[in-house]
Amino acid sequence: MSADATKSEVPAQLPDAAGHFGTFGGRFVPEALVAALDELATAHQAAMADETFRDEFAGLLRQYAGTPSLLYEARRFSAQAGARVLLKREDLNHTGAHKVRNVLGQALLTRRMGKRRVIAETGAGQHGVATATAAALFDLECVVYMGQVDTERQALNVARMRMLGATVVPVTTGSRTLKDAMNEAMRDWVANVDETHYLIGTAAGPHPFPALVRDFVRGIGDEARAQCLELTGGLPDAVTACVGGGSNALGIFHAFTGDPQVRLYGFEAGGEGMGTGRHAASITGGSTGVLHGTRTFVLQDDDGQTRESHSISAGLDYPGVGPEHAWLHDTGRASYQPVTDAEAMAAFELLCRTEGIIPAIESAHALAGTLAIAPKLAAELGRQPTIVVNLSGRGDKDVHTAGEYFGILDKE
Amino acid sequence: MSERTSRIGAAFDKARADGRALLVGCMPAGFPTVEGSIAAMKAMVAAGVDVIEVEIPYSDPVMDGPVIQRASDIALAGGVRTRDTLRVIEAVAATGAPVVTMTYWNPIEHYGVDAFARDLAAAGGTGLVTPDLIPEEAGEWLAASDAHGLDRTFLVAPSSTDQRLAMTAAHCRGFVYATAIMGVTGARSQTSQAAPVLVSRLREVTDLPVGVGLGVGTGAQAATVAGYADAVIVGSALIRCLLDASDEASGLAALRALSAELAEGVRQPDR
Repeated sequence: MSADATKSEVPAQLPDAAGHFGTFGGRFVPEALVAALDELATAHQAAMADETFRDEFAGLLRQYAGTPSLLYEARRFSAQAGARVLLKREDLNHTGAHKVRNVLGQALLTRRMGKRRVIAETGAGQHGVATATAAALFDLECVVYMGQVDTERQALNVARMRMLGATVVPVTTGSRTLKDAMNEAMRDWVANVDETHYLIGTAAGPHPFPALVRDFVRGIGDEARAQCLELTGGLPDAVTACVGGGSNALGIFHAFTGDPQVRLYGFEAGGEGMGTGRHAASITGGSTGVLHGTRTFVLQDDDGQTRESHSISAGLDYPGVGPEHAWLHDTGRASYQPVTDAEAMAAFELLCRTEGIIPAIESAHALAGTLAIAPKLAAELGRQPTIVVNLSGRGDKDVHTAGEYFGILDKE
Repeated sequence: MSERTSRIGAAFDKARADGRALLVGCMPAGFPTVEGSIAAMKAMVAAGVDVIEVEIPYSDPVMDGPVIQRASDIALAGGVRTRDTLRVIEAVAATGAPVVTMTYWNPIEHYGVDAFARDLAAAGGTGLVTPDLIPEEAGEWLAASDAHGLDRTFLVAPSSTDQRLAMTAAHCRGFVYATAIMGVTGARSQTSQAAPVLVSRLREVTDLPVGVGLGVGTGAQAATVAGYADAVIVGSALIRCLLDASDEASGLAALRALSAELAEGVRQPDR
């Protein structure tokens, strides 16, 4: 395919009808949920084929979420990176991250299925806030499950969700973090599946969630690809993103998977370092297993019990990853590498100081990874590489964490 | 495939002949300790529980309510391993009561599906109940259970279509597990109205015995469910006897008393 094509060709259509990406994905769920997942898969297929639905979704993205987001050439950051760095400014979207695309799509789908109630899990609270936002806009009842540990460290987002009319339920089981919030949301869904849609926050979980979340966020890559062609006259050498569950990365990767000359890099949360075991890097530090309804890479012990993940970034602090990433890793189409807390925070500071942009700590992992690969890529290509980085969210929510990390908060 | 002889079939045949339902009592292995769980399960058998369902504790039991989750957390915090579960199964099977194993899928996948089937058969287990494995994803388990002569019980739910009921039952051997309510495990004051409907829908598509679970906690409820099901499956109410007890002896006493009450119930089906 030629580099000047404005639309990417969709490669082999995955997942298959049963939701498999190679050996990954599928449905590992209680039978009680199968009917709802079938209903959702049918609604998803019908919606994507329905021009009215697509137009309404596109209209909402444009007028409410503020997309297409800018592709911004970060010249001062580029000088430090030794690469031409183009930032996909998803941080400028309404609610401050790429997640608004997914929640608007799923809220439309909820309405299409005639359901009146949405539930969601959230770690740092970003997906919870996005879901509460869409629920307010669509007049849906909204219940958000959040680990008790997270409700305490993210009190501001709990307040935001409540302002938007959502009920926040602190989860006190297990490790009291994101994975337990997800368990609790699944339990609610099993009990209330007739009137409730589980508005899952990332491209993980049982089929059709990985496919439908990807479809709702893939506009990121479609926009970035066209913007890069317009801005530079060609495709980038690499596209980079952070990977927790992996929706922002899939969103930007997907438009480029059919462009073999474009390298795809996903940066996982390396936490305190891979050697310490305190990280959230499921692909680079985990093994294949089944978690939350899908077969993928999982952080687990020798008995297949889920291990707790660790990251300074709450949004990456999850012991699994979306199954399509497992497949992209397996096929070698995308490359995954860990980035430590310290590396991410150095990149965070660099972007603040060179560009006047405070990134989400999640997105700072993508920036740090970009700084790490840029010299190798330059050496390999024999010229300065062009790299599109998904700046998936803004750092307002992280001001306290980062302030503490850098020791710049006044003592009370 | 399902015509292969079921390890648990004889128990159902005998109960049918006696005009009653089987009582299946569920307990996580390693709760409160490995030895404690063996003692609890033996006490249940002695008090009249027909079949023991040993649950492999799992970190993320999405189908279970707070009671089983708490018990599982206690077992895991105590360091129970999958191989300990096999030891528990072996010890309880030695009583002569059939022992089924309930497990989320990841621990089995991680152990190795065929290796687990081999070791489970060697320990005297009858087969697996798999709450998060549907037949479409079960290829490896179908093969391993055939190779090692184990039963396999998949779940059906009120939301299952007739087509899925038939498909799922066709992949079961031993018995079918009907989840009586749409929701997680846990004792409820009223068992579901949906359960008898689900069981009669199942009867249209399979001759296999049907076990009904989720929500039973008293002898009267057990009698009600025994009126239309072949097995009454009780978990949370039994586990709570141990969770709520101040010491091991009083916990076992409460467990024996409830087991006996439930055993009485399944012998007096409301028909």
